[in-house]
Amino acid sequence: MAIFEARELHLRFGDRVVLEDVSLAFEEGKLSGIMGPNGAGKTTCFNVLTGRYKPDRGRVLWQGQDITGRSPQDIVRLGVARSFQLMNLFDEFSVFENIAVALPATRSRSTNMVRSAYADPAVADEVYGILERIGLADRARDDAKSLPYGARRALEIGVALACKPKLLFLDEPTAGLGADGRARLAELIARLKGQLTIVVIEHDMEFLFSLADEISVIHWGQVIARGTPAALKQNPWVESSNLGRLN
Amino acid sequence: MTHIERGAPAITLAMIGTWLLFASVPLWIEKVGLYQYLGVEILIFATYALAYNLVLGHAGLPSFGHGAFFGIGAYAFGLAQHHVWPNLWFCIAAAAAAAAIAGLIVALFISHRRGIYYALMTIAFGQVFWFIAIKATSITGGEDGLLKIERLPVTTGFASFDLKSNVALFYFVLVVFMAVTIFLWRLVHSPFGRVVKAIKQNEMRARFVGYNVWAYKAAVLILSACLSGMAGGMFAMAQNSAFPDVMSLHYSGYVVMMTLVGGGLVSFWGPVIGAAAFFLARDVIGAVTTGWMLWFGLCFVILVLFKPEGIAGLFQGYMRSRAAPKSVPPQPAPTSVAR
Repeated sequence: MAIFEARELHLRFGDRVVLEDVSLAFEEGKLSGIMGPNGAGKTTCFNVLTGRYKPDRGRVLWQGQDITGRSPQDIVRLGVARSFQLMNLFDEFSVFENIAVALPATRSRSTNMVRSAYADPAVADEVYGILERIGLADRARDDAKSLPYGARRALEIGVALACKPKLLFLDEPTAGLGADGRARLAELIARLKGQLTIVVIEHDMEFLFSLADEISVIHWGQVIARGTPAALKQNPWVESSNLGRLN
Repeated sequence: MTHIERGAPAITLAMIGTWLLFASVPLWIEKVGLYQYLGVEILIFATYALAYNLVLGHAGLPSFGHGAFFGIGAYAFGLAQHHVWPNLWFCIAAAAAAAAIAGLIVALFISHRRGIYYALMTIAFGQVFWFIAIKATSITGGEDGLLKIERLPVTTGFASFDLKSNVALFYFVLVVFMAVTIFLWRLVHSPFGRVVKAIKQNEMRARFVGYNVWAYKAAVLILSACLSGMAGGMFAMAQNSAFPDVMSLHYSGYVVMMTLVGGGLVSFWGPVIGAAAFFLARDVIGAVTTGWMLWFGLCFVILVLFKPEGIAGLFQGYMRSRAAPKSVPPQPAPTSVAR
């Protein structure tokens, strides 16, 4: 059974239809991919799934529970976190604090105005645990804004991981990275695969086809194809479009 | 930033130094040609500016109508004293509570905003409260002000201290100032304070890691208003009266100026430095020319143009240039933790 489902989502901005009858289902523990050309509605779709926009019609279900139109903070608390295509970090915080502030442990204490925020050693352990996973443990003390681009992309994922999600949405995790950086990020995502349910939007087909268990293709705000990477390679539309062109 | 994982100390050397410096003020202020009341003014406005910086520097929310909360505190102190119970603690609490309620009302309308829209809304609300203070003559005395506000004695269970003299009042305000500095210092290092700081940097990401951004922004404004009102209550005592002018737009601008000139954006103590600089400029430059505001304003413009981090930023820059070897370019300030 799917852990996360979108049923017949419709969304319009003014007279422009952005999502039309989009239905998606993501299996627990799998890595699902979403691909499609620029402006196809992939990120908008993420924004609806994670609570940034309300759909005009349709439903979003998390573990069978209707979460349509819930706020982002509610959805995160349910165990669904996301990263962003454009970098969205707490730039003036250290790498450590970017992770620390996103931890549920910090959130549960966040009305406390007196105690030191991260003095609890359990917090530091948790933070370093996540930093190990994303390979940034040795940069914990650096300011986020001083990190090189690839490390910022990893931290972007780290902040989402800090929310302790059961489902992680990654919006173009390799955006702007060179071949080297992409390879390192693919490695990171491959390590995460199996630990939690992951949904990735990606332009880089090689990247997606090598990692995903299943891929949905979105174009013109609609899901035009869905299947395993192997099956999609046979899909005439995918084959004939630039999208399906594998190096 | 290294202390982040261990927690910040409850009381710092800078804190003790500042307290001691202020505590010595009544001993020498007259010897340098100034007067005791000036010390009272500086301390009250330093408290006010610290409270204001919670919103501006810490949460990054530009409020330009903060005078409203200060003024409401002053009126509430006077009205509570005249009509309810002339007890110091009660009247201070009334000042803080009245300002907090005003803060709540404003927060309900503006907490979904940020940047220029936030600023415009705070100006609008500031003007509304100012206008009410002028027009509600039967309550506030209108432009004549609310007069005959007593300096109430400090009552504890076993003793009572009179605050009639400026020196006594100064030490009372100093105790309040000390309490406020401890509280705010704890606050900016607490989970609440760090979340607010995160919201300042990236509101959207803060929502997507699970924080109700609206509630934190509202809470910060209410807290700041509450402490500003407390400062306003003490100011009513100092002046023996409350006037609408502290609620006006240009008085609200003064506290912004103090905070920025002092360096509230980069330093916990910036607003205190700024308040002192402001009143010293008023009296020292003011002794030479009535156009002191022209010169202070020029300093403000120059600082904002060339050193937006203010006086505290100048000082931090100097300390860094001394600490760093000359060949190495100065490192950017570690801004993530208030010092």
